[in-house]
Amino acid sequence: MTRTTNNTSTATDVSPSAPPKLHGAVVEFSGVTKNFGGHRALDGFDLTLHAGEFVALLGPSGSGKTTALRALAGLESTDAGIILVDGVDVSTLPTSRRDMGMVFQAYSLFPHLSAGENVEFGLRMRGVAAAARRRRARDALALVGLDDHSDRFAHQLSGGQQQRVALARALVTEPRVLLLDEPLSALDAKVRVTLREEIRRIQTELGITTLFVTHDQDEALAIADRVAVMRDGRIEQVGTPEDLYSRPASPFIADFVGLSNQLTGVVLNGFAELYGTRLPLLDPSQADGPVLVAVRPEDLELAADGVDGVGGLVTASSFHGSLRRTRVRFADGAEVTVQHGVRVHPAPGDNMRVRFTGAPVSVEAVTNRA
Amino acid sequence: MAAVTGPIVRDGVAHAPSRVVRALILGAIGLLFAIPFVAMVEFTLRKGLAGGHDFSRWIALFQGGLTGPYRQVLVAVGNSVGLAVGTVLIVLLLLVPAMLLVHIRFPRLRRVLEFVCILPISIPAIVLVVGLGPVYSVLSRIAGSGVWTLSLAYGIIVLPYAYRAIQANLDAVDVRTLSEAARTLGAGWGSVLLRVLLPNLRRGLLAGAFIAVAVVLGEFTIASLLSRVNLQTALVVVSKADPYTAVILSLLSLILAFLLLLLIGRLGAERTRSPRHRPIGGRP
Repeated sequence: MTRTTNNTSTATDVSPSAPPKLHGAVVEFSGVTKNFGGHRALDGFDLTLHAGEFVALLGPSGSGKTTALRALAGLESTDAGIILVDGVDVSTLPTSRRDMGMVFQAYSLFPHLSAGENVEFGLRMRGVAAAARRRRARDALALVGLDDHSDRFAHQLSGGQQQRVALARALVTEPRVLLLDEPLSALDAKVRVTLREEIRRIQTELGITTLFVTHDQDEALAIADRVAVMRDGRIEQVGTPEDLYSRPASPFIADFVGLSNQLTGVVLNGFAELYGTRLPLLDPSQADGPVLVAVRPEDLELAADGVDGVGGLVTASSFHGSLRRTRVRFADGAEVTVQHGVRVHPAPGDNMRVRFTGAPVSVEAVTNRA
Repeated sequence: MAAVTGPIVRDGVAHAPSRVVRALILGAIGLLFAIPFVAMVEFTLRKGLAGGHDFSRWIALFQGGLTGPYRQVLVAVGNSVGLAVGTVLIVLLLLVPAMLLVHIRFPRLRRVLEFVCILPISIPAIVLVVGLGPVYSVLSRIAGSGVWTLSLAYGIIVLPYAYRAIQANLDAVDVRTLSEAARTLGAGWGSVLLRVLLPNLRRGLLAGAFIAVAVVLGEFTIASLLSRVNLQTALVVVSKADPYTAVILSLLSLILAFLLLLLIGRLGAERTRSPRHRPIGGRP
């Protein structure tokens, strides 16, 4: 499948982690606000997607991520703000004229059409001749590995196959932007992983600007060039997956992106003091005082009772294939999760010690928390 | 003693009734429907006080060619079929778009629409006519007193049945997602309706049409009280002069209704269709 787009961006615009070929459109949300009755779903939402970039919108339910995507698609009107695609305001354009490809969370293949006819639908709407329609639909289905399923109907396809056909259908019209609204959430775990890798491969191959909505942080971190974490209708932090994980802007991000232990401590002279351990801060300018500290489970170490560290009682331990996670309760009632190797087998009731080995990823003054 | 109703349960798993039980159930229901028809046929074949049966009344009717006093019945059949078509059109052109609009854009109005549509079933036809009388006197001055005007009233009385049939189909199809998917693919609302929604609502629409036709062909009260001629009012007129012929005509009208409904049913049957063009790849 070939693409022709009116790209205006430069290579330097692309996020650093996985620069794709630049063919996509630049999308800018600026101060977009959307209310549903008394509920503000988007509250001055700002985000820029660079050409060919894959951005994941991540956030808990009700954070406004799907509303933002639907606003871009034209499926929701906005109350304020503008949405630019390649510098042109599309806020008032009807959905059918926005030239966006979209894959929905729910299976959305037209049940009365075969997979091939589904893929041809968008081309038919654009008045493409029958022969060209068939050729392009065949190419699009081949792209998702389903060229031998073109005459099957939705009910004859598995969930994963249906979403692949939906992806082919969204891409065949060579849209300016690809919108993915939790397209993997209805699939089983193994198919999810396979399909998300395939989506990323195709996106990289085509270089199409993509906005991917998900509430699954693993998915977002694994697939996106940049991840925008949303909360209460606003972007809480946007950055590369590595940035978000290792330098979360707040305990909320630290907690939402990856696992973290939220502990109270004190900042003193550029160090955080936790259970008698001094830990360096990523941001040494942090003001002295009581703080809420987020520490990753892999930055804790489990040791046998009687050596350094904070003593505690093992409350649970779970096996995760290549690693184990063990919950330890300290004497003050605080509980932490420690990630460690599978050769150590703590059992509930064991006395163990926990050592802090890495810097906290997030520190927030307690007084700032309402 | 174990319960004898419900499905047979073996090893905690419910099984379908046996073939014999199914045949008995179908036979009983079939008998229930067949007895009145057989009685009607038997009645038309009676030779009167002399006793015995023959086809003389059927032959006389067909040899006469539905002329003379029976010509009115022929006109009434035409009226009823026209009214059925008109009523179906009202359902398709007014009710269906309203239901789709409420379903997709104004879901909060669903209860209101449901209430409005179900309301006619709770109002006896005689009461409805009392309300319709003044409306029709105005309508007669504006649009004349043609039989077709009855389809407006029939459009109201079929609402509860048509609404239920279509709503059941709407609930079974993710109309909102399908229409949104079509719109993102470049379809305007007209294309969404014609190319995506209606094909997927075909069963419900045909069921609604099926019921509308059945209701209209059997309607008597409103037509009679508004002094319009339809099949039922014509049959009553004939029955006063010749009850045997009236029953023959009733049987014929039942066959006509059955054929009409069969035709609609055939149209609505699931098509085992093939793609409109050759497969665009690989194995069939």
